[in-house]
Amino acid sequence: MMYLKSSYSIRDKYLRKDMLPTIFCPGCGIGSVLQFTLRAIDDLGLSQDEIVWVSGIGCSSRVPGYVNFDGLHTTHGRALAFATGIKLTNPDLKIIAFMGDGDSAAIGGNHLIHAIRRNLDVTAIIINNFTYGMTGGQVAPTTLKGLRGTTAPYGQFENPFDIAQLAVTAGANYAARWTVFNYLQGINSIKKALQKEGFTLVEFLSPCPVSFGRRNRMKTAPELIRWYQKITVPLAKAKKMKPEELEGKVVIGEFADRDRPGLVREYREYIKRAKKMMGWEQ
Amino acid sequence: MRYPFPVGRSDFIQGDEAVARAAILAGCRFYAGYPITPASEIFEAMALYMPLVDGVSIQMEDEIGSIAAVIGASWAGAKAMTATSGPGFSLMQENLGYAVMTETPIVVVNMMRGGPSTGQPTFPAQGDLMQAVWGTHGDHMLIVLSPSTVQEAFDLTIRAFNLAEKYRTPVVILGDAELAHMRERVYIPNPDEIEVVNRKLPANEDEAKLPFGDPHGDGVPPMPIFGRGYRTYVTGLTHDESGHPRTVEPEVQQKLIGRIFRKILDHKDEIISYETFELDDAEIAIVSTGIVSRSAIRAVKMLRERGVRAGLLKLSTVWPFDFEVIEELAEQVRKIYVPEMNLGQLYHLVREGANGKAEVELIAKIGGEVHTPMEIVERVVG
Repeated sequence: MMYLKSSYSIRDKYLRKDMLPTIFCPGCGIGSVLQFTLRAIDDLGLSQDEIVWVSGIGCSSRVPGYVNFDGLHTTHGRALAFATGIKLTNPDLKIIAFMGDGDSAAIGGNHLIHAIRRNLDVTAIIINNFTYGMTGGQVAPTTLKGLRGTTAPYGQFENPFDIAQLAVTAGANYAARWTVFNYLQGINSIKKALQKEGFTLVEFLSPCPVSFGRRNRMKTAPELIRWYQKITVPLAKAKKMKPEELEGKVVIGEFADRDRPGLVREYREYIKRAKKMMGWEQ
Repeated sequence: MRYPFPVGRSDFIQGDEAVARAAILAGCRFYAGYPITPASEIFEAMALYMPLVDGVSIQMEDEIGSIAAVIGASWAGAKAMTATSGPGFSLMQENLGYAVMTETPIVVVNMMRGGPSTGQPTFPAQGDLMQAVWGTHGDHMLIVLSPSTVQEAFDLTIRAFNLAEKYRTPVVILGDAELAHMRERVYIPNPDEIEVVNRKLPANEDEAKLPFGDPHGDGVPPMPIFGRGYRTYVTGLTHDESGHPRTVEPEVQQKLIGRIFRKILDHKDEIISYETFELDDAEIAIVSTGIVSRSAIRAVKMLRERGVRAGLLKLSTVWPFDFEVIEELAEQVRKIYVPEMNLGQLYHLVREGANGKAEVELIAKIGGEVHTPMEIVERVVG
């Protein structure tokens, strides 16, 4: 049973008051995921000075600016590449990469794949709102078929990426997906992710009523949440379903939870090997 | 401290190797790269040496990732470098601008080859001069150095790190394929013979709170690196002194970009370095940078033998550019020749500097061969 502190105490402890209000629109889900992340940090008793938040460009990438931690708001899609340099230079730092779906899976797709392949010790929190919110509602690589965006006004005709599954395949130590409606699962997943070595990823379906919902007959966050309830299927149930039944559905749950050595540990071993091979050390 | 190569004596090594060894002696402990001709040997040397000095050498998925990792490493406190050639340098441009905007000390080496596009991967060129200065978007200021010998490649690499640290800025080293692969005798100094500059860190809480301020009046803010409890926020958005994004107030942009220019230009006398050769009584001057300078020195000697009072101004710093020195030169000489391995880039800077006080003539050459001294001599004597 989790003891929940008031949101105000979380806000006062972790947010930079001088940076508020946020840029987020009414009904946006990013604040909820930020709250999950801060609650996870708080529950684990992690120090604000041992965590660096890294992000790219987009609405969700503005988050590191609002939290009172070290933060690097980088270029579009490149957060994980920047994170690679930070983590390998100072392995004592824990890194949270807070990214959007367009940022992480489109322009940053290659960095995402390779950061996971290396098992870079980073926790990626991915806000998936099926759209480019900041630039006004263009389709994203996650946009489900048929959904509308300003750059596919007649409905998306491409296949979507499944970010959490991609993480599993590329070798992440932990991969989970929830909606912002899955409050406890969300917090627990982030807690798990933050405690593990290697690459961990938690994806959240997150409402964007203004740029996405409005164009898809769901003008408010509650409408989007109800739609999430309709299209999401828990993993246990999905396992019993036929592929055709899962068409157009989004599976939620924990997809990977394993303990392969992370990049930091691998590199430390590599240094030892190098010194041994060169006869510097026994 | 033990080094993975001999120090305090001379060695016969490639330009690429010299850059790698100099970087390690300058304190570089993070290298990220992506294979590309003719800069791969820098990476290979770093891959060999870095683990032995407890540093990091990592192969990224592309050059965008390489420079990104290097910037991240710098904010975590490391001196960091990447090296590439034309195509990779093009990919790095966006993050090079990010390093300018966030005032991150990094060193980027571009061993130039023939371009555009894939061009002539194994042949030298100087076609990226303007790109090094103006390649990233927006108004910006950075430092560009250009060595002409393997010894200079070594010396200027150490200087590049020192300038990057001192002025909290990215520094670009423009070499070329010839220099990268050429072997020459290089003196590798003992560490105690080398002046190593480290970035300013915040001296107190107040300084730490203004990571983009100017507490010392020199335009260079102390750098509150990550993990020290400063809780620094760094963004590529236009930001105020505390680092907060402030994108709609013209004066915030003016102040920030103004200071980024000023911190370099106010110290340009210290940053700019050049060498002169037989210039005192010269009536004909050659202005060059990089590999072509070697032919230019020889050309000056040949011209002197023929009774032409020629001299050379060899620029080790391409940017910031010393327009005043060129103007003084133009007042002294009748004509300035600019031999370069492109169709005219340095030429335009020299012409601007000469300010109409002397005729300036371009000796352009592309295709992958360095000018011969005779080619320069023939243009001068007609």
